[in-house]
Amino acid sequence: MSEHTVLVTVNGRPYKREVDARLSLADFLRHELGLTGTHVGCEHGICGACTVLVNGSTARACLMLAVQADGCTVETIEGVAEPDGTLHPVQAALSAHHALQCGYCTPGVIMTLIELQRERGGTELTESAVRRALSGNLCRCTGYQGMVDAALAVLAAAPEKASGSID
Amino acid sequence: MKPAPFAYHRPGRLEEALELLATLPNARLLAGGQSLLPMLNLRMATPEHLIDLGRVSTLSGITETADGISIGAMTTQRMTERSPVVRTRCPLLLEALEHVGHQATRNRGTIGGSLCHLDPAAELPVVASALDARLTIANQNGSRSIRFDEFPAGYLTTQLARDEILTTIDFPQTAAGSGWAFEEFSQRAADFAIVAVAVVVTIGSDNRAKQARIAIGGLGPAPARLHDAESMLVGHSWDAERVRNAAQAATKLPSGGDEVNPAEYRSHLAGVLTRRALDKAFKRGRSHV
Repeated sequence: MSEHTVLVTVNGRPYKREVDARLSLADFLRHELGLTGTHVGCEHGICGACTVLVNGSTARACLMLAVQADGCTVETIEGVAEPDGTLHPVQAALSAHHALQCGYCTPGVIMTLIELQRERGGTELTESAVRRALSGNLCRCTGYQGMVDAALAVLAAAPEKASGSID
Repeated sequence: MKPAPFAYHRPGRLEEALELLATLPNARLLAGGQSLLPMLNLRMATPEHLIDLGRVSTLSGITETADGISIGAMTTQRMTERSPVVRTRCPLLLEALEHVGHQATRNRGTIGGSLCHLDPAAELPVVASALDARLTIANQNGSRSIRFDEFPAGYLTTQLARDEILTTIDFPQTAAGSGWAFEEFSQRAADFAIVAVAVVVTIGSDNRAKQARIAIGGLGPAPARLHDAESMLVGHSWDAERVRNAAQAATKLPSGGDEVNPAEYRSHLAGVLTRRALDKAFKRGRSHV
């Protein structure tokens, strides 16, 4: 009904696509760009599985239209690890603390924790602040203790260095 | 779970947005999208045209005014909670924002969008009512200004005419010596409130309340002001029994309910939260004198 050109930089790489106005950013990433690491759970902003960073801030990719991302910089789970496969410190901490089982919620959890790390990393962070930050990411198999432990361990360390591959 | 087709418009200026709104049939305004996008995905809303205000930069920003702060309707909740001006001049708003959604939704959700969506359990309308916010509303012919309490028209419905856009929300500065508090109960952190209470008490140098404002959300379609309890408090300093009586008045407000949270339970919460909020507000006010 209404087609629009979208120019967007995803994980450092520019893309140009013609999209239908009603296409969500989540479906755009998955179906147009093949970046299926961003998971789609509830499609109405409750579960947090589709959380990505838009211009550096977390957003529910199901609550944003692809056309709204025109001109924006998007970071997804595919851009988090180093190109050689070395895990990002947040990923490594989640792995070390057994903070995932099925992994469906994990990409969203990681994007949420990366935002928290950039904003608060290296400062004193309470368990309740971490739990509040994670309250927007639903996990139905692991429970949250592993994620909280991982977050406290990694966020108490130094803040994330300006990320090399993405800006 | 995909929206019905619509045409998308992204004006860069308010005048363009107003013209589109006045001329397009069955058009909806898109602010931060954190309530409208779920309604589109669930097909509870099926507009033919969506007018995205996200690039109308004049609608976003926080400025200090002679007697308070002025917030552009498209200012995000996140920008508001991080604003030093809001922290010093309108701390009640900051305290309420701690309860609003998750950071991912506050990064995009706007102050004006929340007020216009007018969810009966949302926090920001309760604050706007307690602070007696003024809303500036524009159409192609000019603008008008109304008090927030005149804004609600019913469930999820405001007084906005179909060609009008909320542009600015003015919050008066919390006066020196005032105390404030925002209290809510919800089943999980960041859920919509079951009941929420916002209180501002202006306390004079004699330690007595010069003015009290109490707004309660979650009982009906729009926040209710507790005028009886407010007048009960004016002219008096804090006293446990007086606060208890004021809180008792909150339990008498008309209340709706559902199977999960029936009316009696909401009324009970209104009483408890009003008492807590008043205690906290009086304490803060006195400590400021």
